[in-house]
Amino acid sequence: MNNRVIIELTYITAAVLFCFGIKMLSSPKTARKGNLVSAFGMLLAVVATLLYKGLDLRWIVAGMALGAVTGVLAARLVQMTAMPQMVAVFNGFGGAASLLVAWSEYHIRQPERIGLMPIAVAATVIIGAVTFTGSMIAYAKLAERIPGRPILFPHQHLVNAVLGITALGCTVIFLMSPAAHYGLFLFVMLIALVLGILLVIPIGGADMPVVICLLNSYSGLAAAAAGFVILNNVLIVSGALVGASGIILTRIMCKAMNRSLANVLFGGFGAVRRGKEGYRGEVKSLSVEDAYYLLEAARSVIFVPGYGMAAAQAQHVVRELGELLESNGAEVKYCIHPIAGRMPGHMNVLLAEANVPYEQLVEPEDVNPIMDTVDVAVVIGANDVVNPAARDEPGSPLYGMPIIEVDRARTCIVIKRSLNPGFAGVDNPLFFKPNTRMLFGDAKEVVSALVAEFKEAA
Amino acid sequence: MMVMLLFIFVLAMFLGFELISKVPSQLHTPLMSGSNAISGITIVGAIIAAGRGDTVFTVILGVLAVFLATINVVGGYVVTDRMLGMFRHGGRRK
Repeated sequence: MNNRVIIELTYITAAVLFCFGIKMLSSPKTARKGNLVSAFGMLLAVVATLLYKGLDLRWIVAGMALGAVTGVLAARLVQMTAMPQMVAVFNGFGGAASLLVAWSEYHIRQPERIGLMPIAVAATVIIGAVTFTGSMIAYAKLAERIPGRPILFPHQHLVNAVLGITALGCTVIFLMSPAAHYGLFLFVMLIALVLGILLVIPIGGADMPVVICLLNSYSGLAAAAAGFVILNNVLIVSGALVGASGIILTRIMCKAMNRSLANVLFGGFGAVRRGKEGYRGEVKSLSVEDAYYLLEAARSVIFVPGYGMAAAQAQHVVRELGELLESNGAEVKYCIHPIAGRMPGHMNVLLAEANVPYEQLVEPEDVNPIMDTVDVAVVIGANDVVNPAARDEPGSPLYGMPIIEVDRARTCIVIKRSLNPGFAGVDNPLFFKPNTRMLFGDAKEVVSALVAEFKEAA
Repeated sequence: MMVMLLFIFVLAMFLGFELISKVPSQLHTPLMSGSNAISGITIVGAIIAAGRGDTVFTVILGVLAVFLATINVVGGYVVTDRMLGMFRHGGRRK
């Protein structure tokens, strides 16, 4: 079995490369190389697997070729603003693949009695199915194929609980004598597929970063479970790494919103409009020209981008404006809230696409202490992450969420389409503060107009 | 054997926690799409399922799994590389 030993050793090498790859992802300087290291590990694992004796390669090669072409095209053609839904789709496919692996193994081996293999089969199928349909719903929400707001129906939790318990019960019966219960196996798979849909539809657009992280974690766990089905080390190790990474990201996202995971998953947050009475006070709007004079005189400017910038595809003009401000002598920073956008790090990717050097991207903890010295804070399509109610009003649903305290800057310009509340449905007292100026309009048009003003003056 | 594998699984989870808690937030998206590509490792299982040719049905399941897992792997790595290629540091501009 020399062949076998070589394959196993290659798997170990692949696992080590994955670890190195992930480690190198922790610094922007080595990240790209790290990704290549990890990809090389994957290549090794695939080649090693092809060495197994007696494999009929024809269909495999056909499947791989078709998949590779599809993958490359999708990855190359997708717009940067559409990145969250792309990641969701890839993720769902991974989950589905693990499910299919477990299914085919069960189909062949048909174990007579309970054991770790059938348990692993059940776990893979359930996690894989939830990952698949959950990711597809996340995709549909992010791509706005279906409404991004939470979709609620009466007794939602009860329905989910009943389905969950049914699935669990059926799984137990299935495990008693797996071979005899093929029908039950398919039934459990079906319930899990439905559960994946039902668990994600009540979650609103701005909570998507959490959901994507969680589904990412599930796809890893599904792969690890599939590893237990076919007794393969490299699947278990890699799956566990991804599972852990997803869990950590999920925790970071929840912490950034000061909400528990249960609240995000089952809260139906943002479905109901809370806070009955709106804020009173004067809203001061200003023209593009006035905004230009403010920015022209500013020595320090902080941009706070949000999903609105992504939706308007405004990242390039924002960078242009930033450069003009810099050549005008101002210090320019971009402050990014961890949950801004639709997936973790979404804003960073967009600004990187627009050629903003990553040294200029800062986090709320870096900016808040010096906010009083900032001349102008420009909020572009962000809302809840700059809502002072999260700091000042214990009754607010946002209360306790760490925010970027732009209200403490000398002047705050908010570029926004209207006074509508943000995703959370909470009015934003920032708009009524004496030092806030509203600049109404589409982010891209408004910022382009500002850029034009600067160019005219030069 | 199974206990051994469980042991490996637990250790790998800890290793994952250790490795990833150090990633800065600006790299969260590439981390996610990169680790997402790693979860496509299930392609190994898919290849075996598709290639053994036990029954027509399992070959169909296997090939479909190979197809989906390959999209996950290839797409995941390419998209991550594309994103990371855009990250650059300052001083480049005049």
